[in-house]
Amino acid sequence: MSEINVNIKDAVLEINNVSVAYNKGNYAVTNVSAAIKRNKVTAIMGPSGCGKSTLLRAINRMHDLYPNIITEGQVLLNGKDTNKMSTIMLRRKIGMVFQRPNPFPTMSIADNVIAGYNLNGISLNKTEKEEIIEKSLQDVALWNEVKDSLNQKGTFLSGGQQQRLCIARALAFQPEVILLDEPTSALDPISTKKVEELLMELKEKYTILLVTHNMSQAARISDNSMFMYLGELVEYGKTKEMFINPKDKRTDEYLTGKFS
Amino acid sequence: MKMISILKKTDAQVERKWDARFIKDKIFTGFIIIFSLITISPIVLIISKLISKGYKQLNWSFFTETTPNTYQAMLAVNLGEIIPGGVLNGITGTILMVLIASIMAIPIGIMVGIFLYENQTKKYAVIVKDITDILQGVPSIVLGLISYFWVVKYITNGFSALAGSFALFIMMLPLIIRSTEETFKMIPVSIKEAGFALGAPYHKIILKVMIPSGLSGLITGILLAISRVVGETAPLMLTALGSMVVNLNIEKPTSALPLLIWEFYNDPNMVDLIWATSLLLMMLVLGLNLISKYIISKRNL
Ligand SMILES: Nc1ncnc2c1ncn2[C@@H]1O[C@H](COP(=O)(O)OP(=O)(O)OP(=O)(O)O)[C@@H](O)[C@H]1O
Ligand SMILES: [Mg+2]
Repeated sequence: MSEINVNIKDAVLEINNVSVAYNKGNYAVTNVSAAIKRNKVTAIMGPSGCGKSTLLRAINRMHDLYPNIITEGQVLLNGKDTNKMSTIMLRRKIGMVFQRPNPFPTMSIADNVIAGYNLNGISLNKTEKEEIIEKSLQDVALWNEVKDSLNQKGTFLSGGQQQRLCIARALAFQPEVILLDEPTSALDPISTKKVEELLMELKEKYTILLVTHNMSQAARISDNSMFMYLGELVEYGKTKEMFINPKDKRTDEYLTGKFS
Repeated sequence: MKMISILKKTDAQVERKWDARFIKDKIFTGFIIIFSLITISPIVLIISKLISKGYKQLNWSFFTETTPNTYQAMLAVNLGEIIPGGVLNGITGTILMVLIASIMAIPIGIMVGIFLYENQTKKYAVIVKDITDILQGVPSIVLGLISYFWVVKYITNGFSALAGSFALFIMMLPLIIRSTEETFKMIPVSIKEAGFALGAPYHKIILKVMIPSGLSGLITGILLAISRVVGETAPLMLTALGSMVVNLNIEKPTSALPLLIWEFYNDPNMVDLIWATSLLLMMLVLGLNLISKYIISKRNL
């Protein structure tokens, strides 16, 4: 397995020998190790069912929700073992955006943005709230579109706006890393373009880990890429190099469309 | 050449089939109309009967006075007047008992429903679910008997509103449990996961995400459970017994609208009150059903 050359100081996340099984002995992700570079967009590619989502969800311990799932190995966030962190601290530092936009249907746009605070019982005064809401919505270029309807339900927005709202909800909690699982696969091309532009801007402040089905999307916006196949991390390197000169035969076959 | 003749033959057959289908459709539609008329006619007949027979008794005092005694009723009937008094003791009794039953059944039912939703494959939850289904099938008179043996004999030492509430509570419980579980199952998992991805603790996700998202479903389930028990007579005969006066003491015998209907039925002088009381009860049940239908239609938009 090829490893990207990351100075440990640059690594915000270190994934060490992570394996995940949905049921005993049946691994969906096997022995993945990788260091994720700070302030970069890292794409995770691979054919359907190769374990991209499973790996991503191991990083913020979403698998804890389902007692049957077995996770092995270790993920370090800034050198600290995430298994030893509280889930609130961990998920505050590592935000997540899902494949389908999932704003909380009963909450207003404003409440959706600060849901991370409300749901964890963190109290904010009015000016703090307003500041977080405005800043987060501005970060996702949604502020101008919704500033007059902050008290309306988030579900009234278009799919692309909803997804940007979900990104704002993750940003509002001031994470270091944002995990995105095919965030544009349910969006139209124009909304997709907006989200992509947004991600490229966000990498200045955040580290972005992006699962994508779409090779050209990975080529457009990622700095580094992982290629996974049958639960294994086959290749990990600079996106440009991987696309021009893949080291593994399977990567080559995937990138040239021999399988998908 | 051959192909063309096959084509013509097919066309002819399609044409004929089309005509036949048209007639079959008509016959089928006719059957549907007849069967649906058969289905809706009881409710129309019941309501028109109740209104035509009961409207005379529906005056102000029907809602503000308690039941007359049989002598007063006999006098009025002999003079050809409407029977004095009303069913206030039944209205207050029904409200009291349904309220107490709801106060017990709603929190317990919702919590058990959430438990079942969260643990769909666990053995213990499957057993609880099966027992819930069995409970739903227990005849209401049996629940009355159980309440008699537990509450009437040992807790209130006599017939009481509490005993009646207890029987209604057990009736409501499986309905609320199952409707809560079904409601939660309809909420997309991704909404729940969004909450967990923000680090929120379990109880906050239930209280601030799941329950608000399923609120209309929960309310509908509760309203249907209430409308299901509000007309129950049998379990109340063995527990609440009935009362001629307004009683708000949960340890004392209490009346209820369905109990009154039964009492009026047994007293030849009061027969006229049956219709108005039934009409009132019917309106109550119908109202609850219409409200929950309205909530469901709103939710699906
Ligand atoms: N909840 C689950 N229970 C059991 N097996 C699962 C579950 N979720 C995923 N799997 C299995 O784990 C493997 C990896 O799934 P995963 O969702 O991580 O793939 P993916 O790369 O994200 O695919 P896609 O591109 O289609 O989203 C698949 O074989 C899948 O069938
Ligand atoms: Mg996936």
